[in-house]
Amino acid sequence: MRHFAYSRPATFDEACHNAGHTRFLAGGTNLIDLMKSDVERPAHVIDIGSLPMHHIEDQPDGGLRLGALVTNADTAAHPLVVERYPLLASAILAGASPQIRNMATNGGNLNQRTRCHYFYDPAMACNKRSPGTGCAARGGRNRIMAVLGTSDACIATFPSDMCIALAALNATVNLHGPDGERTVGVRDYHCLPGETPWRDNILQPGEIVTAIDLPPAPFGPHHTYLKVRDRLSFAFAIVSVAVGLCMKDGRIGRGSIALGGMGTKPWCVPEAEALLDDRPPSHSLFRDVAGRLLHGATADRDNAAKIRLAPRVIERALWQAVSGTPQSQTDKTIR
Amino acid sequence: MNVISTPVGQSVSRIDGIAKVTGQAKYAAEPHPPGMLYGVVVNSPIARGRIDTVHDAAARQVPGVVEIMTHLNRPHTALFEKAYMDGLGVPGAPYRPLHDGEIHFNGQPVAVVLAETFEAAREAAMLVRVDYERWPHNADFKVSLHQKYMPSKTRSNYVPPRPRGDAARAYALSTVQVEGRYHLAPEHHNPMEMHATTVIIEDDGAFTVWDKTQGPQAVQAYLAGALALSKARLRVRNPYVGGAFGSGLRAVYNVFLATLAAKMLKRPVRVTLTRPQMFTHVFRPEAIMDIALGASRDGTLQSMIVEGVTDTSRFEHNMENIVIWGLINYRCPNATADYKVAPRDTYTSSDMRAPGAATGVNLLEMAIDEMAYACTMDPLAFRLHNYSDTDAMHDMPLTSKALREAMAQGARHFGWQRRSMPPGSMRDGRELIGWGMATGIWDAMFSPTSARARLGQDGRLHIATAASDIGTGTYTILAQTAAEAFGMPLDRIDVELGDSTLPQCPTEGGSWTAASAGAAVWLACLSLRRKLIDMLARSKNAPPWVKQDTVTLEGGILHDVTENGPVSLSLPDALSLAGYDALEAEETAKPGLRGKISQMRKARFTHSAVFCEVRVDAELGTVRVTRLVNAVAAGRILNPKTAASQIRGAMVMATGMALHEESLMDERVGRFMNHNFAEYHIPTHADIPDMDVLFVNEHDDEVSPLGVKGVGEIGMCGTAAAIANAIFHATGRRHRNLPITPGA
Repeated sequence: MRHFAYSRPATFDEACHNAGHTRFLAGGTNLIDLMKSDVERPAHVIDIGSLPMHHIEDQPDGGLRLGALVTNADTAAHPLVVERYPLLASAILAGASPQIRNMATNGGNLNQRTRCHYFYDPAMACNKRSPGTGCAARGGRNRIMAVLGTSDACIATFPSDMCIALAALNATVNLHGPDGERTVGVRDYHCLPGETPWRDNILQPGEIVTAIDLPPAPFGPHHTYLKVRDRLSFAFAIVSVAVGLCMKDGRIGRGSIALGGMGTKPWCVPEAEALLDDRPPSHSLFRDVAGRLLHGATADRDNAAKIRLAPRVIERALWQAVSGTPQSQTDKTIR
Repeated sequence: MNVISTPVGQSVSRIDGIAKVTGQAKYAAEPHPPGMLYGVVVNSPIARGRIDTVHDAAARQVPGVVEIMTHLNRPHTALFEKAYMDGLGVPGAPYRPLHDGEIHFNGQPVAVVLAETFEAAREAAMLVRVDYERWPHNADFKVSLHQKYMPSKTRSNYVPPRPRGDAARAYALSTVQVEGRYHLAPEHHNPMEMHATTVIIEDDGAFTVWDKTQGPQAVQAYLAGALALSKARLRVRNPYVGGAFGSGLRAVYNVFLATLAAKMLKRPVRVTLTRPQMFTHVFRPEAIMDIALGASRDGTLQSMIVEGVTDTSRFEHNMENIVIWGLINYRCPNATADYKVAPRDTYTSSDMRAPGAATGVNLLEMAIDEMAYACTMDPLAFRLHNYSDTDAMHDMPLTSKALREAMAQGARHFGWQRRSMPPGSMRDGRELIGWGMATGIWDAMFSPTSARARLGQDGRLHIATAASDIGTGTYTILAQTAAEAFGMPLDRIDVELGDSTLPQCPTEGGSWTAASAGAAVWLACLSLRRKLIDMLARSKNAPPWVKQDTVTLEGGILHDVTENGPVSLSLPDALSLAGYDALEAEETAKPGLRGKISQMRKARFTHSAVFCEVRVDAELGTVRVTRLVNAVAAGRILNPKTAASQIRGAMVMATGMALHEESLMDERVGRFMNHNFAEYHIPTHADIPDMDVLFVNEHDDEVSPLGVKGVGEIGMCGTAAAIANAIFHATGRRHRNLPITPGA
């Protein structure tokens, strides 16, 4: 194996002030795989497992703070998450396998890297892995690749389920870096590939995700996470939709919606969400919302099916949310 | 006596189960001889060309690296291609690892790093840089179809289609016609255990090679030929195999490279493949079948025209029997078929569970379903209407065919008569319900096999043959067979398999092991029993009641069966009295004169009827398989539990074939891109419903000595078609490409 330095700092200051090619290690479900595949080659692995980010805390405004090191499994099972953010619990349970969720952390989920075949295979050209080498996914076997937010340099799909729900919930990400702390909205956390596809997110060198803040969610039962994938468990989304609606007297007050499996980042379109403001639910409204969400979607060789499928999944998810019958992640019947 | 006197036919749990779940069962990558080197293979990222330069200086600097073996520094190997031929009989020029600098396929091994630790070997392997001269290639099946051909020398097990009548004319005259191109994506076997080899050098310098293979004697012969080694000094072992599905029929490059490295460095070596490397050798070929069916209005098949193509490499002509099954299984007066292979610059495709039939039966059964609907006939009724009691292609009688009974029992169990015929007519809320069915057929084969039975002073019966248990239950069924033949309790029987030094047994595959090895064990046990009683009767110390016709052996004890009884004698006592420490007998089961005549005059097949329920979301098209029933007619079932497990396993694999599994070839580089379990989707538990397996009573003394037909492949045949047909019944949409994925 390639040699690398390993440290397990006890304070943020120690963790954040390291020069050179470093990677933070939390649950390890992604980084270790990538190191074995020769995709990541850090000189220094900084294990942040001792930093105090292990708790889920109630917030004065009725929201929750999710520690970055709380596992996905513990988050999904936490009574306050289940009570206030069933949409988040559902999205987490739609992803990966129980074994992976037991190890993977909330901070790590934000920072997980794409599952693009070409990114994972060092024999192939990939601008995200090796800047400037080109994008072999374009024109290649790209059934799973993104159709929204792509660039000439990259069409890699952002893979998370959890982050799609976080985007619909308008969560905030707390960061600690060499220059102190800052916060950023989760919708602004991930980057479009543009000309710099190697940048997945806005993290600066030495910066660590410390927590995710969830604002109060006013959706009641009117939410869902609906995921269509190649098999019924343990597969990344072809199309997924997270929706939360504020319903009043049969009308939608306002709505929040994010797409997974479709974009190079969690895909939100405020103009599409604005269409829902103070409207009664209807097929034509939902078709318009889907159309607006998918505006500009571009297929490459193999992934046009996503664009055909997505409007139907979006509409269905909206109806699930309207009727207060969120998708179960254990019973595979789509509601 | 509280002993099961007929162990054969009982649902016995696998006797190797405890060893497996407690980690005592040793697999190919598990022996750890002192001084062992770890080998990591470096693979070519290009499909065709020539190695220009190997830059290995940086890799050699990694502490612990002992050698980097390439075509430039490898030791001497066999001079002629012929020496690399293996038992599978694929015509052509076999691939010779590290033979020279020419690249024939993406993923071809170009170097092996050998180091004191696995970590050092892997790091160094990442540092080996190779410059290539790139040559044009074609890895696109659609393009290779233009170069399809019939090999001048056919593969040994290839069955040429035999036309009958005038299919083209009959098709033109048929009032009902169905015509279409059906396609199956390439698939990889993906057994749980990756291919691996550990080479141990014994004190006398001989090699013991632990390899993940389905045929230890075939690997021994291959290595002896390819590496110019003496067979006598080369022992191949595979006592446990973590699944194979055909990937271990041919020697995989790891066994060649590990043994070559051990020869070069005179040290023990282990080479294990990674999951991505499991996509650099054999795979089920991509296939198309152009099928044209003609029928008269009353649903009588009049014509069947089947043209199939599968892919092969540029250097070998792999062939499969994909076009013959419908011609054999349906009574149809006019039928013709044509088969060709299409070359592309990949490794050679190879046999994967039910090779040929998994492709050909499933695709044909999808077309048959279309024809049934074109004739507005119930798909089961259509099949019964066109049922053939003979092998219709060879116009030969069959040893048995209880397919009619399988259809009836399966249909009854499934509740088929409650089916509503029109597509889209069965619904539950938002879900469309579809019921589909198909039939399956597979060869019932028997190959000459030897086995040894030995009775020791400890009173245990030891059975040995060079068969491989690839996870199917061979240990267990052979113990059951021995128990019944010899008259011995199961727990006093030891079975030894997976060793090239044991009595001859063909490579495990084709569902022939139960019939063949079972018969050999049966004969060896009868022979040993006769020998024991003979020796005892001849001994002057023996009790007077011991004579061949007055003694039985039951529950591991000799009994007097005359009215003078009851008297009995334990087996250790019997051995002592006869004056032996141990007695053994070896027998070979092979078709006798009657068997040979029967093989010439009668065809032999396993049959099945598969019924499936799917639920398809009416808006999204997402598919859930919610019920599967498979009624199997496979002659005598030695162990219903392990046999049903085999069928279920194949039904899971066939569900993958129908809905999930596809190796995605990037033709630009000739590489399968989804080379891991995250992206090559095999079914998960959530994808698989409760599966009911029924065994139809089928007594067949002629098919093989024990009346066994074998059950390893039949579960693949028909199941994928039943799922596709159910999707049609639910939605009214025909899918002619497998797998059927979301958005298709």
